[in-house]
Amino acid sequence: MSGEAARISAHLTRRARWGAGEIAFWIGLVALIFVAPSRALLINEILIAGLFALSLDLILGYAGIISLGHAAFFGVGAYGAAILASHGINDPIVGLVIASLIAGLVGLASAPLVLRGSDLTRLMVTLGICLMLGELANKNSWATGGADGLSLELTPIFHLFPIGFTGQRNAALYSLAVLFLLFALARRIVQSPFGLSLRGLRENRLRAGALGISAPRRLIAIYALAAVYAGAAGALVAQTTQIVSLDVFDFHRSADALLMLIIGGTGFLYGGIIGAALFIAIKDGLSTATPEYWEFWIGLLLVALVLAGRERIGARIAGLLPRRARGSAA
Amino acid sequence: MNAPALETRGLACRFGGLIATDNVSLNLAPGARHALIGPNGAGKTTLVNLLTGMVKPTSGQVLLQGEDVTALSAHARVRRGLSRTFQINQLFPDMTPAEQLCLAVGERLGEGGNWRGIAGADRAMASEVEDLLRRFDLMSVMDQPTRQLAYGRQRLLEIALALASRPRVLLLDEPAAGVPEGERADILAALAALPADVTILLIEHDMDLVFRFAQRISVLVAGRMLMEGSPAEVAADSRVREVYLGADAHG
Repeated sequence: MSGEAARISAHLTRRARWGAGEIAFWIGLVALIFVAPSRALLINEILIAGLFALSLDLILGYAGIISLGHAAFFGVGAYGAAILASHGINDPIVGLVIASLIAGLVGLASAPLVLRGSDLTRLMVTLGICLMLGELANKNSWATGGADGLSLELTPIFHLFPIGFTGQRNAALYSLAVLFLLFALARRIVQSPFGLSLRGLRENRLRAGALGISAPRRLIAIYALAAVYAGAAGALVAQTTQIVSLDVFDFHRSADALLMLIIGGTGFLYGGIIGAALFIAIKDGLSTATPEYWEFWIGLLLVALVLAGRERIGARIAGLLPRRARGSAA
Repeated sequence: MNAPALETRGLACRFGGLIATDNVSLNLAPGARHALIGPNGAGKTTLVNLLTGMVKPTSGQVLLQGEDVTALSAHARVRRGLSRTFQINQLFPDMTPAEQLCLAVGERLGEGGNWRGIAGADRAMASEVEDLLRRFDLMSVMDQPTRQLAYGRQRLLEIALALASRPRVLLLDEPAAGVPEGERADILAALAALPADVTILLIEHDMDLVFRFAQRISVLVAGRMLMEGSPAEVAADSRVREVYLGADAHG
């Protein structure tokens, strides 16, 4: 009897254990920064985009909430960090934490608006909130610098490691540390009873209700958490580039995060990071090879991806690999 | 004197000019095995929706163990002990049976807001899930994606999920609907083995199942309660024969 219960418990918690592949993934990221210090700027960009896409995955992949205005929280985080730095809070970690929490509060306040209505209204409401916040940042130039933007003066991390243009490797390591901590927290949360209830709400709202789950509170909680994550990504961009301008609220930022998730896959947390790496690497490669037409190729790739399906493309590629390579990959 | 487990008083529901439920009064004693029958369009689905709180009545009351729950939302009624199954499976297709039973049990325990623990790590939780899996003969498929299960198994999981909420009153909406002949016996056995203290309202088309299972039968016709009685009384009633069994016999 207890043997069966242990087997059930092992099945239910099977995803909670860190796999060898996962550990290798994170060690690989650290190694990459040390092996390719000249690419630290690009790696940093990928890590931050990965965090932003992870944030979108929390609401899209786990709660089924679609958003075209997720940059709203990214922008609040970025401006939060910059404004704090311009008011004498120059410690990056303190600034990051406060800016993320401010973004979370904005998420909490806007969640009830986003959660009513259908997917189409959600797209419009999220887009509208992002536009409004962008315009507020533009108009209130006394705080945000308006179209000129704001630059940040920060103290080194732990007063030892300067980040920014003089410390690009440090900046990438800083972003990686933040990404890892937030990832580990998200990983834990999606395995929790709360995370399971979100999956339930996404898979079958009617049945979830019949089990006594009241959807709004759960969805508001995850939406606010995702806003904290997006705010952290925005704060990282501001701190590691030491400048913030109105483009943090750009529509393409929200859309890119969605594309990264589509490329990498939703609902398994790594999808955002993998998608960000592929998207930015492809963009980087294409814009070097064909500076004028790279968007054409990105577009073609996306159409192919969505129409053919990632799984099928993956299977096709796996089919092309020699048998032995497939065996060792699995 | 115990209060009835489930009671309705003068329940009525109108959609514009259409009267879907007309002054229905039901009374289920604790532990009752009660069936609700009626021809297509009699308003059975509307009545279920009124009982569970998915639809608000135009007038009348729904009482659960003597307490008026008419104003409560559907999920609040679940927490008061009223569960249901669905005529068309409402499962979580990408979860395994063990996972969704863990979800259902967790919600009953008020664990659904807990973000620090790990779902299913608790031994008490695992043994409750085990008990449900055994009871509905789902142990061998507990770790398979639900979408891959045979239809009969999915039908059993549908009942298991409702029972995981530990209801005082359970509404079974055509539990045998669409189940192939070979798997029907499993459903009948599962229904017969439901805990005796749970009050059950069975909504069913299948007369064979109704007459085997129910101690009392209510007949709903055109939104109104035509009659209520023991299976023998209902079978012998000429009006029931006319509107329902008769119509059935003629095809």
